[in-house]
Amino acid sequence: MSLNIIVLAKQVPDTRNVGKDAMKADGTVNRAALPAIFNPEDLNALEQALKLKEMYPGSKVTLLTMGPARAAEIVREGLYRGADGGVVLSDRAFAGSDTLATSYAISAAVKKIGDYDIIIGGRQAIDGDTAQVGPQVAEKLGLPQVTYAEEIIKAEDGKVVVKRRIESGVETVEAPYPVVITVNGSADECRPRNAKAVMKYKHAAVPSEVAADEEKKAFVEARPYLQIGEWSAATVEADLAQCGLAGSPTKVKQIENVVFTAKEARKVEADDASLEGLIVELIANHTIG
Amino acid sequence: MADKNNLIVYCEYEHGKVADVSLELLTKGRQLADRLGIKLEAIVAGDNLKDVEKEIFPFGVDTVYKVEDKRLYPYTSLPHSSILINLFKEIEPRIAFMGATSIGRDLGPRVSSALHSGLTADCTSLEIGDYTDLKTQKEYKDLLYQIRPAFGGNIVATIVNPDCRPQMATVREGVMKKEVRDSNYTGKVVELDVNKYTDPTDFVINIIDRHVEKSKVNLKGSPIIVAGGYGVGSKENFDLLQKLADTLGGELGASRAAVDAGWIDHDRQIGQTGVTVRPKLYIACGISGQIQHVAGMQDSSLIISINSDPDAPINTIADIVITGKMEDVVPKLIKYYKKNSK
Repeated sequence: MSLNIIVLAKQVPDTRNVGKDAMKADGTVNRAALPAIFNPEDLNALEQALKLKEMYPGSKVTLLTMGPARAAEIVREGLYRGADGGVVLSDRAFAGSDTLATSYAISAAVKKIGDYDIIIGGRQAIDGDTAQVGPQVAEKLGLPQVTYAEEIIKAEDGKVVVKRRIESGVETVEAPYPVVITVNGSADECRPRNAKAVMKYKHAAVPSEVAADEEKKAFVEARPYLQIGEWSAATVEADLAQCGLAGSPTKVKQIENVVFTAKEARKVEADDASLEGLIVELIANHTIG
Repeated sequence: MADKNNLIVYCEYEHGKVADVSLELLTKGRQLADRLGIKLEAIVAGDNLKDVEKEIFPFGVDTVYKVEDKRLYPYTSLPHSSILINLFKEIEPRIAFMGATSIGRDLGPRVSSALHSGLTADCTSLEIGDYTDLKTQKEYKDLLYQIRPAFGGNIVATIVNPDCRPQMATVREGVMKKEVRDSNYTGKVVELDVNKYTDPTDFVINIIDRHVEKSKVNLKGSPIIVAGGYGVGSKENFDLLQKLADTLGGELGASRAAVDAGWIDHDRQIGQTGVTVRPKLYIACGISGQIQHVAGMQDSSLIISINSDPDAPINTIADIVITGKMEDVVPKLIKYYKKNSK
């Protein structure tokens, strides 16, 4: 028995390592200063998909990502680790999408892929932390959802058994598939790239990446395994009224780079006498002790 | 005729108690409902809901919707979503809140998708205000401002839902304050028939096993917190902070950057996407002070910052600033506490 698995993955700015140049003077985000990375929890999801592929030989893992053409990097990273192929969903019409418009576009692409048993993604992306796209894709596709997954134990006879890590503890649930699963960062880390796969797939590309270079274009066109899908809103037959800003019920009213109202902080030197003085004071006023 | 256009809170109910986060949201909801001149409503779905309204009414709730059925507890996504979707279609709430818990964050997006209403996750502040659409110049009165740090906590965004209803938001536990409005307050109870609001196909998820594990970490209840950030630099240095926390009788916390670096467990994360705390003493070591972190600790009574960077943003909200290496300062604090206590 083999499974068709779609991994939803996002290329995100690495908000964890923001330096002082991450914000421009006008309070907007300086994207150029932030490296683009594979969203960490999506890597946990990819690992679960690859484990399923090992458990059920013949299974197929397809990555689906939405973003500009350079998000093809996400698909390549997946191929390097054992995925079978991927698609970049890319269109100016998707610009400014909130989670709902994003979910709409992704669900349209999933329908276009057509054959799926398990749709799996990270619980949330580090640039927004909303955890909304997974459940919203499930709703748009009319599928059940299992969120906060830590381990997919099995997927047999039309049912998956999943261990979830939730605030109150651990829950093991059985759900029929097709199903949407979102994976926690507490799940197993993704395996590293496979050197052979890197050699094989390093030239994999979406058409627009090689369009300007005749030689590369011919090279990729002659090798179907190097071809990453590049789909527009039209390809997935998306209703433009539900895409991008137009399809987003939430609007950003204001973005601010908050400046804390400074208190008059007292400076205490880091020498022995000053630190002891501070401790004695905190004990005396019953803050500690 | 259903009462429409009110503010509703989805209340989580477990072990015979309404979750704190739900009561906090009711408190906030009552303030906003007063401001808007509308009613405050609550919805509870589960099993054994007997007197749940007695716990809810004192928060100033006018209507409690109850859906009781064995299959509604423990929580699963589909039936609870169906109940909210169908009820919301009927009563058309203006605003809907739920906790940013593993339940609320599973339920909220599904409901918002079905109703095509906007949802903002993990809000740190909720206010009412006006909005002008810059493109159409259309003016909107009294919208819900959903305020949250974004982009890894480097900026704060105010989000509005001008046209879609309900305006939905989730909020983490501890962010809002819980306050009884009036212990004698009573409203009405509306019992809903589970079969009318759910479909038999909603009950497809089978919970095979459930271990309730109470978190060993009690950040919220600790009067003293020693927290470390990216500047702590290593797991070993976190052991040093643990020692300081143990010495002072406090809990160890961390910023998101330290958690992401793998130096400390996620359940010790303080901030917008972690726990919100209000201790008597907060010692921040090597924490730069991103908004996302500050949102979760700024109400601490006394904040001491230990940082090698004298210009770290956290120093602007600290009461006491010690500029120095934590490796030098922390052992001295431990030493002098031991010497001077008792």
